[in-house]
Amino acid sequence: MLRFVGRRALYAVPLILVVIILMFSMLHLIPGDPVQALVGDYPVPPAYRQAIEEKYRLNDPFLVQVSNYLINVAKGDFGFSYQNQRAVLDLILERAPRTILLASVSFALAIPLGMAIGVAAGTTRSAGTDKFWTTTTLIVYAVPTFWLGQLLVMFFALHLGWLPTQGIGPMVSRAQGFAWLLEKLRYLALPVLAFGIHEGMRVARIMRASVIDTISQGYIITARAKGLTRGQIIRRHVLRNSSLPLVTIAGYAFGSALGGAVFLETVFTWPGLGLLLVDSIRLRDNMMVIGVVIFSALAVVAMNLIVDLLYAALDPRIRTVR
Amino acid sequence: MSGVQRDRSEAGTTDAPEAPDAAAPVLLDVGCLKVHLRLGHAVIRAVDGVDFQVRQGECVGIVGESGSGKSTLARGITRLMPNVKIAELSGNLRFEGRDILNMGDRELRTLRRGRGFSMIFQDPLGYLNPTQRVGRQIGEALSQDATTGSYESRVWALLDEVGLPDPKNIARRYPHELSGGMRQRVMIAIALASDPKLLFADEPTTALDATVQLQVLQTLHRLHRERNMAMAIITHDLGVVAELCDRVYVMHTGKVVESATTVELFENPQHPYSARLIDLSTRRISQEHRS
Repeated sequence: MLRFVGRRALYAVPLILVVIILMFSMLHLIPGDPVQALVGDYPVPPAYRQAIEEKYRLNDPFLVQVSNYLINVAKGDFGFSYQNQRAVLDLILERAPRTILLASVSFALAIPLGMAIGVAAGTTRSAGTDKFWTTTTLIVYAVPTFWLGQLLVMFFALHLGWLPTQGIGPMVSRAQGFAWLLEKLRYLALPVLAFGIHEGMRVARIMRASVIDTISQGYIITARAKGLTRGQIIRRHVLRNSSLPLVTIAGYAFGSALGGAVFLETVFTWPGLGLLLVDSIRLRDNMMVIGVVIFSALAVVAMNLIVDLLYAALDPRIRTVR
Repeated sequence: MSGVQRDRSEAGTTDAPEAPDAAAPVLLDVGCLKVHLRLGHAVIRAVDGVDFQVRQGECVGIVGESGSGKSTLARGITRLMPNVKIAELSGNLRFEGRDILNMGDRELRTLRRGRGFSMIFQDPLGYLNPTQRVGRQIGEALSQDATTGSYESRVWALLDEVGLPDPKNIARRYPHELSGGMRQRVMIAIALASDPKLLFADEPTTALDATVQLQVLQTLHRLHRERNMAMAIITHDLGVVAELCDRVYVMHTGKVVESATTVELFENPQHPYSARLIDLSTRRISQEHRS
């Protein structure tokens, strides 16, 4: 088990190397001038340009820049964000918990929601009910999260005025304890709703297909022959077996969500990694962009590892193979 | 699994079957049963007016080639018909005098839970839940009314009864960790857990190795005698019939073409189709002996 985890962690090393080199090359190739972006819409004085270029070693040859960066990363130094005037790692560590919070709460909503719909649609004996859920989930899933988010804002924040339109909390807050939690939840509600509903529809569609596959298996007939009730059969024999494909796909989706839900964070001005990434790309803050992308890649690798472990926990057949 | 050394003696099962007890009350009475399946626009008359009876404690064989409707008959009688569209399901279907064709779900479940009928299937791997330990799968089928012994001890007793060594260990295993023969024995233990009066066995040995087939058949025969439990064995293998059954129904294209005692059938088949089946199976046996 430990050996397995260790081996998988080693696999991540070449992946991260490739990610870094790719990102470096791409950022090198795209047009745009980091110094100009730093200054803004003013002409850059030549002396200032030279100073900046020397300070951040922007004129070093490409290979020197890449290898310097790799050496620094190996030492745990992910560079300096000149737009934010802070270390890249600092900023990532500040932003990541917010993104993780958003993604976790959203999936905590999406998975039960999707499973409930999937099981309802997959086990129903009425073709109408199945068709209703299949169509509904498809339509809702087709709505992009940023638009769904805006609709929610228009209704719950602007029309009803129940919830804040954006942000992660009020500028000044004196709330403590339970009131503080409630306040946080009010800010979390709309982005989580948009994200959770969207992902929930994905979960529902996978779950439905998987449930239909499971209930056509022989052991469901055995369960019926035992005289179990419908509810008992679903709880004991359908749920676990049909969760297997779900773990793979939801795990992967969660991994990408950890890298920052770019659209959603932009719509709600949720100061997580997604928003950081968008801002950094716009401002040509290359070190920052690479840092966030590395974190996303690590998150996906880590989630895939967790998916594999979960899979083994759910399916004894896989445990034996290992 | 070798399964050859077992403390429980299964000798004597190769004797000719005893004559059926004609005085025993009828347990299952099937009259003019029709199971028509819908496949696209076509209707398949899988079972087309079958009369069929099982008396208490008797072992009945249903033989026929693939597609003769024998499995659909068993599924129709036990009301286990999933994933098919039924065009017509009619006839007279009585278990201990109770109409099971029009029985509600709740009553049907009660009948399956205890002292009713149960079923074992051809492919034990597909019919066992791969993610659950076999002990649990047997345990959830235990009849509710019996009060003797704890849950675990009853599961262990069943595993022992079907001839599995070291029941405590087997109960903790997952289906994929067992051999085909052991899995089929677990299947049988599940079927026995509800203490049934009638056991349907749908091709119980087809998926097994030849050596294991005989052992499983002997176990079935022993259980049939020890428990005085009626059995209906669906098979295409006349050797199985000769080994176990008191009476035989020969099915062809959804109809029963001949019904006789096993001895009568083998000595003097009435229907040309039965004669051909017997001819084919004896030829196969002699070929096996030559090779």
